[in-house]
Amino acid sequence: MSEILDKPEVARIYIDARGPRFGAVITTTVLAIALVTMNEWVLLVQALVFAIGAIRGPQFTPYGLIFKKFIKPRLSKEAPTEDVRPPKFAQSVGLIFALVGLVGAFSGANVVFTVAVGFALGAAFLNAAFNYCLGCEMYLLGLRLTSK
Amino acid sequence: MKTYLPLVIVLVIASAYGLWYQRSRGAIRTVKAVPGNRLGADVLGEALGSRATMVQFSSAFCAPCRATHTLLSQMVTAMEDVKHIHIDAESHLELVRQLDIRSTPTTLFLNSEGVEVGRAAGTPKREQVLAALNAI
Repeated sequence: MSEILDKPEVARIYIDARGPRFGAVITTTVLAIALVTMNEWVLLVQALVFAIGAIRGPQFTPYGLIFKKFIKPRLSKEAPTEDVRPPKFAQSVGLIFALVGLVGAFSGANVVFTVAVGFALGAAFLNAAFNYCLGCEMYLLGLRLTSK
Repeated sequence: MKTYLPLVIVLVIASAYGLWYQRSRGAIRTVKAVPGNRLGADVLGEALGSRATMVQFSSAFCAPCRATHTLLSQMVTAMEDVKHIHIDAESHLELVRQLDIRSTPTTLFLNSEGVEVGRAAGTPKREQVLAALNAI
């Protein structure tokens, strides 16, 4: 009945739900620095992190590794787990904004850089502060707009 | 070159939106009911409950969909006259448009006639669900 939640392969892609949220805190900080300093190299680093998160999963990004090595051992052993697909989706959206921002920066369009980084920062901040689920709010709307 | 203005703007807008988001997710609103719009087994794929039906729309990129599914399916096991129907939003886009489902999880509360009397975006609380069902 709940085929989209209970596919057998889904069981293998469960991760500690606190990991992506910790990652969002670092992402928020990094993007805030990029926005304030207008530094495209900071954004490039964040874009690489987003790319790893989007392709392999957030648990494999440097932020995910910091969480696993230094933060997780200090937290409660009982970890809330979650499907890796929602945070992966959010990383993909972040990657798109970061790429748009980089194109803007390297072509001299500072406004494009500021707006794109602003949106990525907003999403990361919402995730960090309010546990915002980007996939819940944007995916269906996107589908509704893009498919006939 | 340093500028704090864009950062401040983003944080203010995101905080306002985040507070609204946190407050509105899970709340069961009754105002959305459209009396003429009846849902039945023909579109839902399953028969309605004899008193009430909760129709949950989910998608793959949605962490709270699982929590909602667990809560609702567990709640209806003790209720003979209430059903929980789970629908993959992505493969029912026409229905999603018709019912104006914008985010997942969205749960519709239907009466015995299949008329929507309430809906919740996000994971509702157990007491809220009980209250909504009792009102049907």
